[in-house]
Amino acid sequence: MLDNSLSYVTDDGRTIGGVVMEMKNITLRFGGVVAIQDISFDIREGEIRAIIGPNGAGKSSMLNVISGFYVPQEGEVLFHGKKRPPMRPYEVARQGIARTFQNIALFEGMSVLDNVMTGRLNYMKTGLFSQALWKGKAEAEETENREVVERIIDFLEIQHIRKTPVARLPYGLKKRVELARALAAEPKLLLLDEPMAGMNVEEKEDMSRFILDVNDEFGTTIALIEHDMGVVMDLSDRVVVMDYGKKIGDGTPDEVRNNQDVIDAYLGVSHD
Amino acid sequence: MPEQLVFAMEVTLNGLMAGVLYALVALGFVLIYKASGIFNYAQGVLALFAAMTLVGIMQGQVPFSHLINAVFGGHITHFGWNVPGAVAIALTVAVMVLLAWLVQVLVMKHLVGQEPIILFMATIGLAYFLEGVADLMWGSEIKTLDVGLPQGINLWIDETTFNIFGYGFFIDNLDIVATVIAALLVAGLVAFSQYTKQGRAMRAVADDHQAALSVGISLNFIWVLVWSVAGFVALVAGIVWGTKSGVQFSLSLIALKALPVLMLGGFTSIPGAIVGGLIIGVGEKLFEFAVGPLVGGATENWFAYVLALLFLVFRPQGLFGEKIIERV
Repeated sequence: MLDNSLSYVTDDGRTIGGVVMEMKNITLRFGGVVAIQDISFDIREGEIRAIIGPNGAGKSSMLNVISGFYVPQEGEVLFHGKKRPPMRPYEVARQGIARTFQNIALFEGMSVLDNVMTGRLNYMKTGLFSQALWKGKAEAEETENREVVERIIDFLEIQHIRKTPVARLPYGLKKRVELARALAAEPKLLLLDEPMAGMNVEEKEDMSRFILDVNDEFGTTIALIEHDMGVVMDLSDRVVVMDYGKKIGDGTPDEVRNNQDVIDAYLGVSHD
Repeated sequence: MPEQLVFAMEVTLNGLMAGVLYALVALGFVLIYKASGIFNYAQGVLALFAAMTLVGIMQGQVPFSHLINAVFGGHITHFGWNVPGAVAIALTVAVMVLLAWLVQVLVMKHLVGQEPIILFMATIGLAYFLEGVADLMWGSEIKTLDVGLPQGINLWIDETTFNIFGYGFFIDNLDIVATVIAALLVAGLVAFSQYTKQGRAMRAVADDHQAALSVGISLNFIWVLVWSVAGFVALVAGIVWGTKSGVQFSLSLIALKALPVLMLGGFTSIPGAIVGGLIIGVGEKLFEFAVGPLVGGATENWFAYVLALLFLVFRPQGLFGEKIIERV
């Protein structure tokens, strides 16, 4: 159940609801290395939540904990107020958590359309045989899924490359296709791992616009990782700042910007 | 029409038919390789295992009867019933699916993320293990398999060609049926992988494991599915080859003939497996026909491998394989 007592309306008129996802005292170790140390934060419905920090701060590890690729040694993950047992990544995905990857993970051999369609796999319920025979229910289902997918493809302005094999696309477009595939799952929570990494200024602006539009149009809850401070501050409602596996700041962009620990981490005060 | 040319035509036709049989075996390799990156050395043994299981079920043999008799005494060998072909095939498919599940749960699941060479070694182990199990389960004597596929010379072709050329072609009915079966199988596989949810998931897994996980695909499930499909293809190959030359342990050696087919067609292409099979089939028959007499015959034993060697030198990705691009 969502606790909506915290909900409020933002300056630009979006409604932020209750807590969708809560991380409680998460600790993740790889052997002797502590990647994440006792971190807690929450993600609310409809907001854009950023996790930032310098390289090696543990941001990606955190995202991998949320999406089930890593299982933390300590702490709890609460999804919709319920404690989530350790799950495999595909089970997490089936719960409605979609993600993109820092180093783009697309199905290179397939067309853009097919790639985005894989995002709908969990909405396809008809059995193998009716599908193979392409009759009635399966056909209706395919059409229905195609409509959702086409709408997303339109929305992200990738109609002109619908039939192109992904391997042939330039980097910026690949990132957009990956976003489209994640959106096709109509996720309750969308995780973006460095959506702007390796892009030029123009591509970054495009991507920022799409992220804002997605959040606005579909009301999608988004958690994103970025190390480019400037981009994040313009995009997000609330920001978690990590450094060396610890949380050093949490709040609105303005609050975070004025946090002394955060300034130190980014300007590089020596740790001794 | 000159006599030599008419002979060459008959040889070509026979070559095409033989090629279809090679392609059938090669298909099983391509399927598993595409979906999991594993070169499945056990594919030939899978075909043997499937054929033996089919015969065993049809004849009402008691599985592991030698073992049971040795441990508990007694002389049971047969249940005393015969199972009709269609039912036996359905049961064998079930056995192959069960086998696929066991392979995944007991072996492959524990080797996720290992080097391809390690997975390859695992399938070699699997091949020998399965061969032993097949022996223990059904015995090692040569059996005849008859699920009702027509055999023998096709008289219609014989007569028609005789009327046209004055010489009757010898084409085996079984080869014609095998061609039809192979065509249906390929059409079915293509439809499955292009138009069904599971097919799409299978292609996704073949492409990128992480991405597949992130859209909610269970790798375990897909791999069981892939091994099941490979088992099914092996069964089809086993039925055709078993009907042709009897169900015996040399059946597992047909896998060797699939290797040159794969070199030509590429390891990742289903059409490649078909075309590769046809080229090898026609090539070796024509070569034997044209060059064989000059070098004392038996060129069919080595022609395919030499052709494969040439391909390895000049076009290592095969005719249809994905292009190998090395980024520097």
